[in-house]
This record gives sequence, C-alpha cells and structure tokens, in this order.
Amino acid sequence: MAPLRKLDSLSRFFMKFYSGKHYETTPHTPLRSPLNECKIALITTAGFFLNGQEPFGNGDCSYREIPNSIQIQALVNGHKSAAYDERGLETDPNLAFPLDRFKELETEGKIGSLNHRHFSFMGSITKPDRLITQFAPEVGRVLKTDGVDVAFLTPV
Amino acid sequence: MCNQSVGLIQRAVEAAGISTVSITLIEDITRKVRPPRALAVPYGFGHPLGEPNNPELQHAIITEALALLADETSPPILKSSRQTLKEKIDG
Repeated sequence: MAPLRKLDSLSRFFMKFYSGKHYETTPHTPLRSPLNECKIALITTAGFFLNGQEPFGNGDCSYREIPNSIQIQALVNGHKSAAYDERGLETDPNLAFPLDRFKELETEGKIGSLNHRHFSFMGSITKPDRLITQFAPEVGRVLKTDGVDVAFLTPV
Repeated sequence: MCNQSVGLIQRAVEAAGISTVSITLIEDITRKVRPPRALAVPYGFGHPLGEPNNPELQHAIITEALALLADETSPPILKSSRQTLKEKIDG
C-alpha cells in the first residue's frame, strides 16, 4: 500500500489557485432526532458504479444509484486519476464509501437505519453548473422522499 | 475537485431538508464552499477514511464526523479530525 501522506505540492498549488465556487451563506437543516432514530444515506464522489450501469464520462455531473443491498466489492472504481493512488479504494471501497461501517453501526443500534439506496457521483468536475442546478438538488429531493434524515458524504 | 463537488452536493441536500455531514481532504476548498458540517482529515487523495481494511480507524473518523451533527454551533462547522497522520503511517 502507498504510504498515507498529505497532498503533494503540485496538487496543493493547483487547489490554491483554482478559482472555485465561493459562497457567503450556508444552508442549515438541524438534526431533528437522535442518530439512533435517524435514517441515513451515503453519498460519495469516488465515481463508483455497478456493472450494468453506465460508466462516468469526463466531467460527468450525473449520479449512479447504489442499492443498500450490494456487497461492497461489487463497486467498480470509475474515477481513475493521476492525482491519487486508487489501490486502497480498489482493495477496500469502504475507504470512500463506508457501507460496511454503516451497516455495522446499524447492527449496533448506533444509527436508526440505512436508506435502501445511496448515491455515487464523480468528483472531478471543474464545470459544476449542472451538478448545482440539476443533479445534486435531484438527489436531495429523492432522499427527502425516501424519508432520509441524515446524509454522510465522502470525497476521494 | 472531489472536495468542492462534495460541498456542492452537500449544500443541495441540506437545502432539501436533510441534515448532512462530510469529510474533507482540503480545508481551503471547503472553507469557500461553506457546507454546513465538515470534518477535515489529514490524509491524501483517495484516503478520506484513512486506510483500507482498517475498520477501527474508519469507525473513529465516522464517529467524529457524525458528532458534528449534534454540535450546536451555527453552521458552517469545519473541524479538524483528532486522528493523526503519524500514528497511521506507523500502523
């Protein structure tokens, strides 16, 4: 396994000067119930998808639905990048989509339940307009309709 | 750009009426996007939950992140993980 380390200097340089989105306000939905009564959904930007689903394209802002019932090793890594070593993710997808960990929390009674579906996006999006206007709000509406209380999000 | 994408998705999901918390690998980006709650971890790209096949560390990070949901500070909340890089490299 590659040693864990802070981001390399080139990535840091790029991130420092990339003119990204900048907001002044923050949306806020307070937690309404204790976690052991909450329904939780996972969202990752690791670009995972399942065999039979359409792979992500370059700059793809859309998402793939990941059923809660899958085995974690069924996830395909669709986010090959020179920016990081993906071997860890391929060995253990929980590293960026911690489904097994949350199933353990559910079994232990520390969270109420897991939603029947979760969502995967691709993270390398330098033009996120459709993500902001269409796909992310769509996932929000779907999760709300599912009765989800909490979403846990992981980058890659 | 994963960290920006996570923040943008998080904003939209929170705005839909769902409480959200995220992991970030790049605090500078997250500070600009201002998602409601984020835990900054000291790991490289590809390792938001620290290390593969280390359920103990993954649970520790998840527990820290979920605790932000009960934090009564007004969002945005951006906290650094108590997990350290050193102990995991040695691991």
